[in-house]
Amino acid sequence: MNEKHPMDYLLREDRIPHIWCPGCGLGSSVSCFIMALEDSGLDLNKVVVVSGIGCTGRVAGYINLDSFHTTHGRAIPFATGLALANPELKVVVYSGDGDLIAIGGNHLIHAARRNINMTVICVNNFLYGMTGGQVGPTTPLYAKATTSPYGNFERPFNLVYLAAASGAVYVARWTALHLRRLTKSMTEALQKKGFSFIEIISPCPTSYARRNRLGDGLDQMKFYHDNSIIRHGADPKEADIGFQTKIVVGKFIDVERPDYHTFLTEGLAKVVGERK
Amino acid sequence: MLLSSLGEKKMKYWRKPLDADKVKVPHGKVRIIKDRCKGCGFCVEYCPRDVLELTDEFNIKGYHFPHAKNEEACVNCGLCELVCPEFAIYNIPAEELEEKDDQG
Repeated sequence: MNEKHPMDYLLREDRIPHIWCPGCGLGSSVSCFIMALEDSGLDLNKVVVVSGIGCTGRVAGYINLDSFHTTHGRAIPFATGLALANPELKVVVYSGDGDLIAIGGNHLIHAARRNINMTVICVNNFLYGMTGGQVGPTTPLYAKATTSPYGNFERPFNLVYLAAASGAVYVARWTALHLRRLTKSMTEALQKKGFSFIEIISPCPTSYARRNRLGDGLDQMKFYHDNSIIRHGADPKEADIGFQTKIVVGKFIDVERPDYHTFLTEGLAKVVGERK
Repeated sequence: MLLSSLGEKKMKYWRKPLDADKVKVPHGKVRIIKDRCKGCGFCVEYCPRDVLELTDEFNIKGYHFPHAKNEEACVNCGLCELVCPEFAIYNIPAEELEEKDDQG
């Protein structure tokens, strides 16, 4: 194991191999993230990665930057604190759907409403993977999970619509197979000022695919290849994901809006005058 | 199939580009850290030049790892490096071969 991979300088090598299952798309998304960090030209000493709990929550532990592994669902409040305390930092929240949307759902919508300067990367595998495949708020209708053996009868969240409606300035969705487009999208999101949100649809061979008899990770990747429709600027409202239906991917929102820190400094300057 | 025709050393064009004889095709070598591999098969499936295939051998963890079956077809695109979830495969550029394409 003396060979060096070109991405090893951004990985904590002593923790590799990671715990993700064979066929999981998380590793590919981290490769894209590392490539996007290189492309974005950011000062890596000022990039912070924050993760919550779950399979995706382990990304912070594998990336060799200033990274924080926080409590369940509280990655965004933690990142908000970082972004407000030191506005020079580029804060990236890298977490899963169970962490960001289920337990931390309220934090997500309020961080988007305030337009806090951070990039949120949400890897969506449609259920709680690490705890054994329980149904979550992103599980598609009629999909099976450990706690919904007859199928899920709850309507899932449409994450891009949720983020766009809450006020995110950059919203995109890709699958783990759209490697080049995902890298480009991550680069754009990292360079964007304000709250940017990227959803990554990832295969989960152990929990989601096995329970629904969808084959292994490669079969799910082939499904994404055949069934994703790239539609930039589409209405996020119409980008619902059903069980094994077509997936609309692309860049949905890219607008300019002053972020929270701009409002804060301008507002304070009006009230108490310029600070030295 | 189309993929098998791409795997050949010389690329076939449905319409020959005007500057086809001037364009240098980049050439790469594949490096595999075999003990990191978990045998998911993403690189084998999505290599655009069909360079890789899984071996029958086992690595330290008991997975079949890929090897380059026709490395001369590699164009150093780096897709395997990007798709690999285990950070186990990468390309290095080989000296560029001057390929004269005479196929129309």
